[in-house]
Amino acid sequence: MTLLTSNNLTLQYDGRPVVEHLSFAVEAGDCLCVVGENGSGKSTLLRCILGQKKPDGGSLTFGDGLTRSQIGYLPQQHPAQKDFPATVEEIVRTGLLGRRAFSPRYSKEEKAAAARAMQAMELAGLEKAPFPTLSGGQQQRVLLARALTAARRMLVLDEPAAGLDPVVTAELYRAIERQNRAGMTVLMVSHDIPSALSMASRILHLANGDYFFGRPAEYAASPLGRRFTGEAAI
Amino acid sequence: MSVSQLFADPYLLRVVLRALAVGALVSLCAAMLGVTLVLRRFSMIGDGLSHVGFGAMALGTLLGLTGSYAMEFTLPAVALAAFLLLRLGDSGRLKGEAAVAVLSSAAMALGVLFYSLSGGMTADACNTLFGSASVLTLSNQDAWLSLGLSVAVLLLFACFYHRIFAVTFDPAYARATGLAGGAHQLLLALLTAVTVVVGMKMMGAVMISALILFPALIAMRLCASFRATVLAAAVAAEGCFLVGFALAVAAGLPTGPTVVTVELLVFLAASVKRRA
Repeated sequence: MTLLTSNNLTLQYDGRPVVEHLSFAVEAGDCLCVVGENGSGKSTLLRCILGQKKPDGGSLTFGDGLTRSQIGYLPQQHPAQKDFPATVEEIVRTGLLGRRAFSPRYSKEEKAAAARAMQAMELAGLEKAPFPTLSGGQQQRVLLARALTAARRMLVLDEPAAGLDPVVTAELYRAIERQNRAGMTVLMVSHDIPSALSMASRILHLANGDYFFGRPAEYAASPLGRRFTGEAAI
Repeated sequence: MSVSQLFADPYLLRVVLRALAVGALVSLCAAMLGVTLVLRRFSMIGDGLSHVGFGAMALGTLLGLTGSYAMEFTLPAVALAAFLLLRLGDSGRLKGEAAVAVLSSAAMALGVLFYSLSGGMTADACNTLFGSASVLTLSNQDAWLSLGLSVAVLLLFACFYHRIFAVTFDPAYARATGLAGGAHQLLLALLTAVTVVVGMKMMGAVMISALILFPALIAMRLCASFRATVLAAAVAAEGCFLVGFALAVAAGLPTGPTVVTVELLVFLAASVKRRA
Protein backbone atom coordinates (compact mmCIF):
# COMPACT_ATOMS: atom_id res chain seq x y z
CA MET A 1 0.00 0.00 0.00
CA THR A 2 1.43 3.34 -1.05
CA LEU A 3 1.08 6.04 1.62
CA LEU A 4 2.86 8.89 -0.14
CA THR A 5 3.52 9.51 -3.83
CA SER A 6 5.66 12.27 -5.24
CA ASN A 7 5.14 12.68 -8.96
CA ASN A 8 7.46 14.94 -10.96
CA LEU A 9 7.51 17.29 -7.93
CA THR A 10 9.18 20.70 -8.16
CA LEU A 11 9.68 22.84 -5.05
CA GLN A 12 11.08 26.35 -4.85
CA TYR A 13 12.78 28.10 -1.98
CA ASP A 14 13.04 31.91 -2.20
CA GLY A 15 12.02 31.73 -5.86
CA ARG A 16 14.81 29.29 -6.71
CA PRO A 17 13.98 25.64 -7.49
CA VAL A 18 15.64 23.34 -4.93
CA VAL A 19 13.84 20.14 -5.87
CA GLU A 20 13.05 19.41 -9.53
CA HIS A 21 11.15 16.58 -11.23
CA LEU A 22 11.28 14.43 -8.10
CA SER A 23 9.40 11.15 -8.15
CA PHE A 24 9.37 8.66 -5.29
CA ALA A 25 6.89 6.67 -3.24
CA VAL A 26 6.62 5.60 0.39
CA GLU A 27 5.03 2.20 1.02
CA ALA A 28 3.41 1.21 4.32
CA GLY A 29 6.13 -0.15 6.63
CA ASP A 30 8.98 1.59 4.80
CA CYS A 31 11.79 3.41 6.51
CA LEU A 32 12.73 6.15 4.07
CA CYS A 33 15.84 8.17 4.89
CA VAL A 34 16.16 11.51 3.11
CA VAL A 35 19.79 12.58 2.91
CA GLY A 36 21.62 15.41 1.17
CA GLU A 37 23.68 18.48 1.89
CA ASN A 38 22.37 21.64 3.53
CA GLY A 39 20.29 23.60 1.07
CA SER A 40 19.48 20.55 -1.04
CA GLY A 41 15.77 20.90 -0.29
CA LYS A 42 15.28 18.34 2.50
CA SER A 43 13.47 20.78 4.78
CA THR A 44 11.44 22.22 1.91
CA LEU A 45 10.31 18.69 1.01
CA LEU A 46 9.33 18.08 4.65
CA ARG A 47 7.30 21.28 4.72
CA CYS A 48 5.51 20.16 1.58
CA ILE A 49 4.72 16.74 3.11
CA LEU A 50 3.38 18.47 6.25
CA GLY A 51 1.15 20.70 4.15
CA GLN A 52 2.93 23.95 4.96
CA LYS A 53 3.98 24.48 1.37
CA LYS A 54 2.28 23.79 -1.94
CA PRO A 55 4.14 22.07 -4.81
CA ASP A 56 5.50 24.53 -7.39
CA GLY A 57 5.08 21.80 -10.01
CA GLY A 58 4.06 18.16 -10.16
CA SER A 59 2.23 16.64 -7.22
CA LEU A 60 2.63 15.09 -3.79
CA THR A 61 -0.31 12.95 -2.73
CA PHE A 62 -1.28 10.75 0.19
CA GLY A 63 -2.58 7.25 -0.52
CA ASP A 64 -4.56 4.53 1.24
CA GLY A 65 -6.62 7.04 3.19
CA LEU A 66 -3.62 8.58 5.00
CA THR A 67 -4.36 12.03 6.46
CA ARG A 68 -2.06 14.63 7.99
CA SER A 69 -3.49 14.05 11.45
CA GLN A 70 -2.23 10.45 11.30
CA ILE A 71 1.36 11.64 10.90
CA GLY A 72 3.57 12.17 13.95
CA TYR A 73 6.16 14.88 13.46
CA LEU A 74 9.46 15.50 15.21
CA PRO A 75 10.79 18.97 14.36
CA GLN A 76 14.31 20.11 15.07
CA GLN A 77 14.74 21.21 18.67
CA HIS A 78 14.08 24.83 19.54
CA PRO A 79 16.73 26.50 21.78
CA ALA A 80 14.04 28.07 24.03
CA GLN A 81 12.92 24.56 25.07
CA LYS A 82 16.08 23.96 27.09
CA ASP A 83 14.77 25.79 30.16
CA PHE A 84 11.03 25.44 29.58
CA PRO A 85 9.03 24.59 32.73
CA ALA A 86 7.10 21.52 31.62
CA THR A 87 6.99 17.88 32.61
CA VAL A 88 7.63 14.93 30.31
CA GLU A 89 3.97 13.90 30.54
CA GLU A 90 2.67 17.37 29.67
CA ILE A 91 4.80 17.48 26.53
CA VAL A 92 4.08 13.94 25.33
CA ARG A 93 0.31 14.45 25.72
CA THR A 94 0.32 17.41 23.31
CA GLY A 95 0.78 14.75 20.63
CA LEU A 96 -2.90 13.92 21.21
CA LEU A 97 -4.14 17.35 20.17
CA GLY A 98 -3.99 16.82 16.41
CA ARG A 99 -6.73 14.21 16.72
CA ARG A 100 -9.51 16.54 17.80
CA ALA A 101 -10.79 20.05 17.36
CA PHE A 102 -11.84 21.08 20.84
CA SER A 103 -9.98 19.79 23.84
CA PRO A 104 -10.47 21.02 27.38
CA ARG A 105 -9.48 17.65 28.89
CA TYR A 106 -7.70 14.44 27.92
CA SER A 107 -9.71 11.23 28.25
CA LYS A 108 -8.49 8.07 30.00
CA GLU A 109 -7.84 6.32 26.68
CA GLU A 110 -5.84 9.27 25.44
CA LYS A 111 -3.71 9.35 28.57
CA ALA A 112 -3.11 5.62 28.12
CA ALA A 113 -1.98 6.18 24.52
CA ALA A 114 0.51 8.79 25.69
CA ALA A 115 1.71 6.45 28.44
CA ARG A 116 2.34 3.69 25.85
CA ALA A 117 4.43 6.08 23.78
CA MET A 118 6.48 7.00 26.85
CA GLN A 119 6.94 3.31 27.61
CA ALA A 120 8.11 2.67 24.05
CA MET A 121 10.66 5.47 24.36
CA GLU A 122 11.89 4.11 27.71
CA LEU A 123 10.63 7.12 29.64
CA ALA A 124 8.66 5.16 32.24
CA GLY A 125 9.35 6.65 35.67
CA LEU A 126 10.19 10.05 34.19
CA GLU A 127 6.56 11.15 33.59
CA LYS A 128 6.70 13.94 36.18
CA ALA A 129 10.33 14.91 35.53
CA PRO A 130 10.87 18.52 34.44
CA PHE A 131 12.04 18.68 30.81
CA PRO A 132 15.09 20.94 31.48
CA THR A 133 16.55 18.43 33.95
CA LEU A 134 16.78 15.68 31.28
CA SER A 135 19.84 14.84 29.19
CA GLY A 136 19.88 15.74 25.48
CA GLY A 137 19.11 12.14 24.51
CA GLN A 138 16.21 11.91 26.96
CA GLN A 139 14.80 15.23 25.74
CA GLN A 140 14.88 13.95 22.17
CA ARG A 141 13.12 10.74 23.25
CA VAL A 142 10.40 12.88 24.89
CA LEU A 143 9.82 14.73 21.62
CA LEU A 144 9.87 11.41 19.79
CA ALA A 145 7.26 10.06 22.23
CA ARG A 146 5.09 13.12 21.44
CA ALA A 147 5.43 12.34 17.71
CA LEU A 148 4.63 8.69 18.40
CA THR A 149 1.52 9.68 20.36
CA ALA A 150 0.31 11.63 17.33
CA ALA A 151 1.41 9.02 14.77
CA ARG A 152 -1.06 6.39 13.88
CA ARG A 153 0.50 5.46 10.54
CA MET A 154 3.60 7.50 9.85
CA LEU A 155 6.46 9.20 11.68
CA VAL A 156 8.18 12.18 10.05
CA LEU A 157 11.48 12.96 11.75
CA ASP A 158 13.66 15.99 11.03
CA GLU A 159 17.28 15.33 12.02
CA PRO A 160 16.35 13.34 15.14
CA ALA A 161 19.99 12.91 16.20
CA ALA A 162 21.17 16.52 15.72
CA GLY A 163 23.54 17.52 18.51
CA LEU A 164 23.61 14.10 20.24
CA ASP A 165 26.74 12.07 21.00
CA PRO A 166 27.33 8.78 19.12
CA VAL A 167 26.20 6.45 21.93
CA VAL A 168 22.93 8.35 22.49
CA THR A 169 22.43 8.63 18.72
CA ALA A 170 22.72 4.83 18.35
CA GLU A 171 20.15 4.32 21.14
CA LEU A 172 17.76 6.78 19.50
CA TYR A 173 18.08 5.07 16.11
CA ARG A 174 17.41 1.69 17.76
CA ALA A 175 14.22 3.11 19.29
CA ILE A 176 13.12 4.38 15.85
CA GLU A 177 14.01 1.01 14.24
CA ARG A 178 11.89 -0.82 16.83
CA GLN A 179 8.89 1.35 15.91
CA ASN A 180 9.52 0.69 12.23
CA ARG A 181 9.69 -3.07 12.78
CA ALA A 182 6.44 -2.90 14.74
CA GLY A 183 4.81 -1.59 11.56
CA MET A 184 5.19 2.20 11.75
CA THR A 185 6.16 3.86 8.49
CA VAL A 186 9.12 6.18 9.04
CA LEU A 187 10.29 9.12 6.94
CA MET A 188 13.48 10.58 8.36
CA VAL A 189 15.70 13.44 7.29
CA SER A 190 19.29 12.83 8.32
CA HIS A 191 22.87 13.93 7.80
CA ASP A 192 24.17 10.63 9.02
CA ILE A 193 24.55 8.51 5.88
CA PRO A 194 26.10 5.36 7.46
CA SER A 195 23.26 5.05 10.00
CA ALA A 196 20.71 5.82 7.30
CA LEU A 197 22.11 3.01 5.15
CA SER A 198 21.94 0.53 8.00
CA MET A 199 18.31 1.17 8.99
CA ALA A 200 16.58 2.45 5.85
CA SER A 201 14.57 0.33 3.46
CA ARG A 202 14.72 3.19 0.94
CA ILE A 203 17.12 6.08 0.47
CA LEU A 204 16.21 9.40 -1.10
CA HIS A 205 19.28 11.50 -1.76
CA LEU A 206 18.65 15.10 -2.87
CA ALA A 207 21.55 16.85 -4.59
CA ASN A 208 20.79 20.22 -6.18
CA GLY A 209 18.24 19.27 -8.78
CA ASP A 210 19.61 15.74 -9.14
CA TYR A 211 18.44 12.90 -6.92
CA PHE A 212 18.66 9.21 -6.16
CA PHE A 213 15.79 7.07 -4.94
CA GLY A 214 16.11 3.35 -4.28
CA ARG A 215 17.26 0.62 -1.95
CA PRO A 216 20.37 1.11 0.22
CA ALA A 217 22.33 -1.53 -1.72
CA GLU A 218 21.56 0.22 -5.04
CA TYR A 219 22.46 3.54 -3.46
CA ALA A 220 25.90 2.34 -2.37
CA ALA A 221 26.60 1.31 -5.98
CA SER A 222 25.21 4.51 -7.60
CA PRO A 223 27.47 7.42 -8.60
CA LEU A 224 25.84 9.74 -6.00
CA GLY A 225 26.03 7.07 -3.32
CA ARG A 226 29.65 6.18 -4.09
CA ARG A 227 30.66 9.80 -3.78
CA PHE A 228 28.85 10.31 -0.47
CA THR A 229 29.50 6.99 1.24
CA GLY A 230 33.16 7.41 0.20
CA GLU A 231 33.25 10.80 1.86
CA ALA A 232 31.47 9.50 4.93
CA ALA A 233 34.03 6.71 5.37
CA ILE A 234 36.98 9.13 5.55
CA MET B 1 -5.87 60.48 51.18
CA SER B 2 -5.71 58.63 54.46
CA VAL B 3 -7.40 55.33 55.12
CA SER B 4 -9.92 56.83 57.59
CA GLN B 5 -10.80 59.51 55.03
CA LEU B 6 -11.31 56.79 52.46
CA PHE B 7 -13.93 54.94 54.47
CA ALA B 8 -15.64 58.16 55.45
CA ASP B 9 -16.25 59.18 51.86
CA PRO B 10 -18.50 56.84 49.83
CA TYR B 11 -17.53 58.45 46.51
CA LEU B 12 -13.83 58.01 47.22
CA LEU B 13 -14.39 54.46 48.38
CA ARG B 14 -16.20 53.61 45.16
CA VAL B 15 -13.41 55.05 43.06
CA VAL B 16 -10.76 53.13 44.97
CA LEU B 17 -12.70 49.87 44.78
CA ARG B 18 -13.15 50.37 41.03
CA ALA B 19 -9.41 50.87 40.65
CA LEU B 20 -8.79 47.78 42.78
CA ALA B 21 -11.04 45.68 40.56
CA VAL B 22 -9.51 46.99 37.32
CA GLY B 23 -6.00 46.45 38.62
CA ALA B 24 -6.67 42.94 39.92
CA LEU B 25 -8.29 41.85 36.64
CA VAL B 26 -5.62 43.41 34.43
CA SER B 27 -2.87 41.88 36.59
CA LEU B 28 -4.43 38.44 36.16
CA CYS B 29 -4.65 38.77 32.36
CA ALA B 30 -1.16 40.21 32.08
CA ALA B 31 0.26 37.34 34.13
CA MET B 32 -1.43 34.58 32.13
CA LEU B 33 -0.58 36.10 28.75
CA GLY B 34 2.87 36.87 30.16
CA VAL B 35 3.65 33.18 30.71
CA THR B 36 3.27 32.40 27.01
CA LEU B 37 4.99 35.62 25.91
CA VAL B 38 8.03 35.17 28.19
CA LEU B 39 8.42 31.49 27.35
CA ARG B 40 8.23 32.20 23.62
CA ARG B 41 10.97 34.81 24.03
CA PHE B 42 8.60 37.72 23.35
CA SER B 43 9.35 39.41 26.68
CA MET B 44 9.97 42.81 25.17
CA ILE B 45 6.64 42.92 23.39
CA GLY B 46 4.77 44.31 26.39
CA ASP B 47 7.35 47.07 26.65
CA GLY B 48 7.24 47.82 22.93
CA LEU B 49 3.46 47.92 22.92
CA SER B 50 3.25 50.29 25.87
CA HIS B 51 5.53 52.71 24.03
CA VAL B 52 3.29 52.46 20.98
CA GLY B 53 0.42 53.13 23.36
CA PHE B 54 2.18 56.27 24.59
CA GLY B 55 2.76 57.44 21.01
CA ALA B 56 -0.88 56.80 20.09
CA MET B 57 -2.14 58.60 23.22
CA ALA B 58 0.03 61.58 22.32
CA LEU B 59 -1.26 61.64 18.75
CA GLY B 60 -4.79 61.42 20.14
CA THR B 61 -4.13 64.42 22.37
CA LEU B 62 -2.70 66.36 19.42
CA LEU B 63 -5.84 65.56 17.40
CA GLY B 64 -8.00 66.72 20.30
CA LEU B 65 -9.30 63.29 21.23
CA THR B 66 -9.83 63.01 24.96
CA GLY B 67 -11.54 60.72 27.42
CA SER B 68 -13.03 57.59 25.93
CA TYR B 69 -12.11 58.63 22.38
CA ALA B 70 -8.44 58.41 23.28
CA MET B 71 -8.95 54.77 24.19
CA GLU B 72 -10.80 53.99 20.96
CA PHE B 73 -7.88 55.45 19.05
CA THR B 74 -5.08 53.87 21.11
CA LEU B 75 -6.48 50.35 21.24
CA PRO B 76 -6.48 49.59 17.48
CA ALA B 77 -3.02 51.17 17.10
CA VAL B 78 -1.57 48.95 19.81
CA ALA B 79 -3.40 45.86 18.54
CA LEU B 80 -1.95 46.39 15.07
CA ALA B 81 1.55 46.81 16.50
CA ALA B 82 1.12 43.63 18.57
CA PHE B 83 0.08 41.59 15.57
CA LEU B 84 2.96 42.87 13.45
CA LEU B 85 5.50 42.19 16.20
CA LEU B 86 4.31 38.62 16.77
CA ARG B 87 4.44 37.98 13.04
CA LEU B 88 7.96 39.41 12.79
CA GLY B 89 9.16 37.27 15.68
CA ASP B 90 8.06 34.15 13.83
CA SER B 91 9.17 34.93 10.32
CA GLY B 92 12.74 35.49 11.48
CA ARG B 93 13.61 37.87 8.66
CA LEU B 94 14.04 40.88 10.87
CA LYS B 95 15.11 39.82 14.34
CA GLY B 96 12.14 40.28 16.67
CA GLU B 97 14.10 42.04 19.41
CA ALA B 98 15.53 44.63 17.01
CA ALA B 99 12.04 45.26 15.65
CA VAL B 100 10.67 45.82 19.16
CA ALA B 101 13.53 48.13 20.12
CA VAL B 102 13.11 50.22 16.96
CA LEU B 103 9.36 50.44 17.42
CA SER B 104 9.71 51.36 21.11
CA SER B 105 12.08 54.23 20.69
CA ALA B 106 10.43 55.55 17.53
CA ALA B 107 6.97 55.55 19.15
CA MET B 108 8.42 57.24 22.24
CA ALA B 109 10.11 59.95 20.16
CA LEU B 110 6.95 60.62 18.14
CA GLY B 111 4.89 60.62 21.33
CA VAL B 112 7.04 63.29 22.97
CA LEU B 113 6.98 65.34 19.75
CA PHE B 114 3.18 65.11 19.54
CA TYR B 115 2.82 66.18 23.17
CA SER B 116 5.12 69.16 22.73
CA LEU B 117 3.26 70.20 19.55
CA SER B 118 -0.01 70.09 21.47
CA GLY B 119 1.25 72.43 24.18
CA GLY B 120 4.16 70.85 25.95
CA MET B 121 4.66 67.93 28.31
CA THR B 122 1.66 68.36 30.55
CA ALA B 123 0.51 66.38 33.57
CA ASP B 124 -1.44 64.36 31.02
CA ALA B 125 1.78 63.22 29.36
CA CYS B 126 3.28 62.45 32.73
CA ASN B 127 0.29 60.29 33.67
CA THR B 128 0.52 58.38 30.41
CA LEU B 129 4.19 57.67 31.04
CA PHE B 130 4.30 56.91 34.74
CA GLY B 131 0.70 56.07 35.58
CA SER B 132 -1.75 58.12 37.55
CA ALA B 133 -0.44 59.34 40.87
CA SER B 134 -3.97 58.85 42.15
CA VAL B 135 -6.38 56.20 40.97
CA LEU B 136 -9.14 58.73 40.34
CA THR B 137 -8.60 58.82 36.58
CA LEU B 138 -9.93 55.31 35.96
CA SER B 139 -13.39 55.38 34.39
CA ASN B 140 -16.31 52.98 34.31
CA GLN B 141 -15.34 52.28 30.70
CA ASP B 142 -11.97 51.01 31.95
CA ALA B 143 -13.71 48.81 34.47
CA TRP B 144 -15.99 47.21 31.85
CA LEU B 145 -13.14 46.81 29.41
CA SER B 146 -10.97 45.07 31.98
CA LEU B 147 -13.84 42.81 33.02
CA GLY B 148 -14.49 41.83 29.40
CA LEU B 149 -10.80 41.27 28.85
CA SER B 150 -10.48 39.01 31.87
CA VAL B 151 -13.45 36.92 30.81
CA ALA B 152 -11.90 36.55 27.33
CA VAL B 153 -8.47 35.56 28.66
CA LEU B 154 -9.86 33.11 31.22
CA LEU B 155 -12.17 31.53 28.62
CA LEU B 156 -9.27 31.24 26.21
CA PHE B 157 -7.15 29.43 28.79
CA ALA B 158 -10.04 27.24 29.93
CA CYS B 159 -10.93 26.10 26.41
CA PHE B 160 -7.55 25.98 24.72
CA TYR B 161 -5.18 25.33 27.60
CA HIS B 162 -3.49 22.31 25.99
CA ARG B 163 -3.16 24.05 22.65
CA ILE B 164 -1.69 27.15 24.27
CA PHE B 165 0.85 24.93 25.97
CA ALA B 166 1.67 23.06 22.73
CA VAL B 167 2.20 26.33 20.81
CA THR B 168 4.24 27.92 23.59
CA PHE B 169 6.48 24.90 23.99
CA ASP B 170 7.05 24.24 20.31
CA PRO B 171 5.69 26.74 17.75
CA ALA B 172 7.24 24.79 14.85
CA TYR B 173 5.48 21.58 15.89
CA ALA B 174 2.19 23.38 16.46
CA ARG B 175 2.31 24.99 13.02
CA ALA B 176 3.26 21.76 11.27
CA THR B 177 0.47 19.80 12.91
CA GLY B 178 -2.12 22.51 12.34
CA LEU B 179 -2.64 23.25 16.05
CA ALA B 180 -2.07 26.97 15.67
CA GLY B 181 -2.69 29.18 12.72
CA GLY B 182 -2.95 32.90 12.16
CA ALA B 183 -6.14 33.11 14.22
CA HIS B 184 -4.29 32.07 17.37
CA GLN B 185 -1.61 34.69 16.76
CA LEU B 186 -4.21 37.38 16.13
CA LEU B 187 -6.10 36.52 19.31
CA LEU B 188 -2.93 36.57 21.42
CA ALA B 189 -1.95 39.94 19.89
CA LEU B 190 -5.38 41.41 20.49
CA LEU B 191 -5.60 40.31 24.12
CA THR B 192 -2.07 41.52 24.83
CA ALA B 193 -2.90 44.88 23.28
CA VAL B 194 -6.06 45.32 25.40
CA THR B 195 -4.13 44.34 28.54
CA VAL B 196 -1.42 46.89 27.79
CA VAL B 197 -3.81 49.72 26.97
CA VAL B 198 -6.07 49.21 30.00
CA GLY B 199 -3.14 48.55 32.34
CA MET B 200 -1.23 51.57 31.06
CA LYS B 201 -3.65 53.99 32.69
CA MET B 202 -2.89 52.68 36.13
CA MET B 203 0.69 51.47 35.78
CA GLY B 204 2.01 53.96 33.24
CA ALA B 205 3.50 53.20 29.83
CA VAL B 206 6.98 52.55 31.17
CA MET B 207 5.86 50.11 33.91
CA ILE B 208 3.00 48.06 32.43
CA SER B 209 5.41 45.46 31.00
CA ALA B 210 6.36 44.59 34.60
CA LEU B 211 2.84 43.16 35.05
CA ILE B 212 3.48 40.90 32.08
CA LEU B 213 7.02 39.85 32.94
CA PHE B 214 7.39 39.54 36.72
CA PRO B 215 4.63 37.01 37.51
CA ALA B 216 5.88 34.67 34.75
CA LEU B 217 9.50 35.03 35.86
CA ILE B 218 8.58 34.46 39.52
CA ALA B 219 6.56 31.35 38.61
CA MET B 220 9.30 29.95 36.35
CA ARG B 221 11.71 30.11 39.29
CA LEU B 222 9.42 28.07 41.51
CA CYS B 223 7.64 25.58 39.22
CA ALA B 224 8.61 22.56 37.18
CA SER B 225 5.43 21.99 35.18
CA PHE B 226 3.60 24.31 32.81
CA ARG B 227 0.31 23.97 34.67
CA ALA B 228 1.93 24.98 37.95
CA THR B 229 3.72 27.87 36.21
CA VAL B 230 0.46 29.32 34.86
CA LEU B 231 -1.32 28.97 38.21
CA ALA B 232 1.63 30.35 40.20
CA ALA B 233 1.94 33.32 37.85
CA ALA B 234 -1.75 34.14 38.40
CA VAL B 235 -1.40 33.83 42.18
CA ALA B 236 1.83 35.86 42.25
CA ALA B 237 0.26 38.60 40.12
CA GLU B 238 -2.82 38.90 42.34
CA GLY B 239 -0.80 38.77 45.56
CA CYS B 240 1.71 41.38 44.45
CA PHE B 241 -0.99 43.66 43.09
CA LEU B 242 -3.14 43.53 46.23
CA VAL B 243 -0.17 44.15 48.54
CA GLY B 244 1.19 46.92 46.31
CA PHE B 245 -2.20 48.57 45.92
CA ALA B 246 -2.89 48.48 49.67
CA LEU B 247 0.53 49.97 50.42
CA ALA B 248 0.03 52.67 47.79
CA VAL B 249 -3.40 53.68 49.15
CA ALA B 250 -2.31 53.55 52.79
CA ALA B 251 0.94 55.45 52.31
CA GLY B 252 -0.25 57.78 49.54
CA LEU B 253 2.28 56.36 47.06
CA PRO B 254 1.76 56.09 43.28
CA THR B 255 0.17 52.69 42.47
CA GLY B 256 2.29 51.57 39.49
CA PRO B 257 5.73 51.92 41.03
CA THR B 258 4.57 50.42 44.35
CA VAL B 259 3.16 47.30 42.68
CA VAL B 260 6.29 46.90 40.53
CA THR B 261 8.52 47.23 43.59
CA VAL B 262 6.57 44.51 45.40
CA GLU B 263 6.92 42.28 42.32
CA LEU B 264 10.64 42.96 42.18
CA LEU B 265 11.06 41.94 45.83
CA VAL B 266 9.09 38.71 45.34
CA PHE B 267 11.10 37.98 42.20
CA LEU B 268 14.38 38.42 44.11
CA ALA B 269 13.12 36.20 46.93
CA ALA B 270 12.08 33.52 44.41
CA SER B 271 15.51 33.69 42.74
CA VAL B 272 17.25 33.24 46.07
CA LYS B 273 14.98 30.32 46.92
CA ARG B 274 15.82 28.55 43.68
CA ARG B 275 19.56 28.92 44.32
CA ALA B 276 19.20 27.59 47.84
